[in-house]
Amino acid sequence: MNKARTNPLNTAAMHGALILYTLIALFPVFVILINSFKTRKAIFREPLAMPDADSFSLIGYQTVMKQGDFFLYFQNSMIVTVASLFFVLLFGAMAAFALSEYRFKGNMLMGLYLALGIMIPIRIGTVAILEMMVATGLVNSLWALILVYTAQGLPLAVFILSEFMRQVSDDLKNAGRIDGLSEYTIFFKLVLPLVRPAMATVAVFNMIPIWNDLWFPLILAPSEEVKTLTLGSQVFIGQFVTDWNAVLSALSMAILPVLALYVIFSRQLIRGITSGAVK
Amino acid sequence: MQKPRIRWHIAVFLAPAVLVYTAVMIFPLFNTLRLSLFSKVDQERVYVGLQNFQTLFGDPVWSEQFWNALGNNFWFFLIHMLVQNPIGIALAAILSHPRLRFAALYRSAIFIPTILSFVIVGFAWKLILSPIWGIAPGMLDAVGLKSLFAPWLGKEEYALTTLALISVWQFVGIPMMLIYAALLSIPEEVLEAGEIDGITGMSAFWKIKLPLILPSIGIISILTFVGNFNAFDLIYAAQGALAGPDFSTDILGTFMYRTFFGFQLQLGDPHMGSAIAGAMFAIILVGVCIYLFGIQTRMRRYQL
Repeated sequence: MNKARTNPLNTAAMHGALILYTLIALFPVFVILINSFKTRKAIFREPLAMPDADSFSLIGYQTVMKQGDFFLYFQNSMIVTVASLFFVLLFGAMAAFALSEYRFKGNMLMGLYLALGIMIPIRIGTVAILEMMVATGLVNSLWALILVYTAQGLPLAVFILSEFMRQVSDDLKNAGRIDGLSEYTIFFKLVLPLVRPAMATVAVFNMIPIWNDLWFPLILAPSEEVKTLTLGSQVFIGQFVTDWNAVLSALSMAILPVLALYVIFSRQLIRGITSGAVK
Repeated sequence: MQKPRIRWHIAVFLAPAVLVYTAVMIFPLFNTLRLSLFSKVDQERVYVGLQNFQTLFGDPVWSEQFWNALGNNFWFFLIHMLVQNPIGIALAAILSHPRLRFAALYRSAIFIPTILSFVIVGFAWKLILSPIWGIAPGMLDAVGLKSLFAPWLGKEEYALTTLALISVWQFVGIPMMLIYAALLSIPEEVLEAGEIDGITGMSAFWKIKLPLILPSIGIISILTFVGNFNAFDLIYAAQGALAGPDFSTDILGTFMYRTFFGFQLQLGDPHMGSAIAGAMFAIILVGVCIYLFGIQTRMRRYQL
């Protein structure tokens, strides 16, 4: 490494810029979190102070716990996200395997057809999706959301996974074939374990938009017992516009699950992006 | 030569993905376009041709709303292109600097807003910018700029720009990460060759790195375009379906939601909603085509 590229003044300027932007990025989250633990008076008097013995209060959280169905919403979000991810990964990997492993008529065309959905947002079809869900009786059920998110996630999943599956050695698969393994066994026992890192990347990419989506829960599953956490907190926060303690606590409770997921998966996410899976 | 036999396993592998994708995504997409040619007359669905589009563009009540939403949407997109992407590129350029300490920490922290839901982001900023609670006015006061404060989300002339900037704040992590990945893939030899010719620091960025990452910038632009033209959540979370004040933050997504689903006194109209979805589809298609045929094919790619 050449010295010309590391001059102490430059380094300081770079850290300065990054610290400034990090502060901008984290400030709102920080403000919400600290104020959710304060009394109403303290929230207004000194919004930027940390909660201390004097101003500490959990009143907001108590209100939220008493009134809302936070756990139900949380559970719904969990079910929808996990089930959608499962289907995206399973179906996506199967299709990706077919496209990358076998040469058949229409292979290219099928690949293009499945890739269409990367650029065209599924929301455009909302009117017909709602009609279909009403007709099949799936409206106001978690299945409606799971189906939509599976369809939404498949194009990118197929695209990324087939890139990775092309790298799995042919010798390995052929060795399996000579040993008399069926194509299904080769896929599930040999190929799937080898593309696990790519599957994790796809999972993380899909997880955040599904968890945070407001549009489809609002339209397809707005009833109380199937509300997701995102929609639940939207409605919920709306009811408490004047109860600042409850609003701030509800927001914090909505932030924490995603933040926890992020901490768990952030390495995978960043590795996935920087490994060039989406380039 | 063996007689070709049907390889059923290919069909089995493809079937679930193709079925779900076709049934829940492609079919409704075209069905929505078809529905835009129908209307409800006396509880019956009747074919009306392009009449819905005629209403959308011809009837002053509708066309005014449509052009307003479209114009707002373009402004929303423009702010993302002018603010989000340059900031993202700048942050990535700094982060990709070799031997920068704490790079991983900065990267993770700056990406945090991107993982938050629109509901949280919308409300958090509403609270911060609120004239009642007043973190924003208080902070401006501390640096002696209190006179600059205005209820930004409540004023027609500022609300849309404010929301666009909030959205920029939220999503700056995406261009940052993608450009960061592109910058890391530039081989060290290329940069060293530049150094020998005396190109270092800023000029190395402008003359060597930037031309090499242009394809990634193209991808980011089209992702931003598609994302912005079907945006809805942030506006809805912060301003509600009416996209107030006085529709000044109305974009195509909120306009379609209101039309299709109805609000307050207006009844929902799926057919007009489909017509708006059709218009959105056309806009996104044009954008994607311009990118695919106009930009991507002309962009010079360098073999590294």
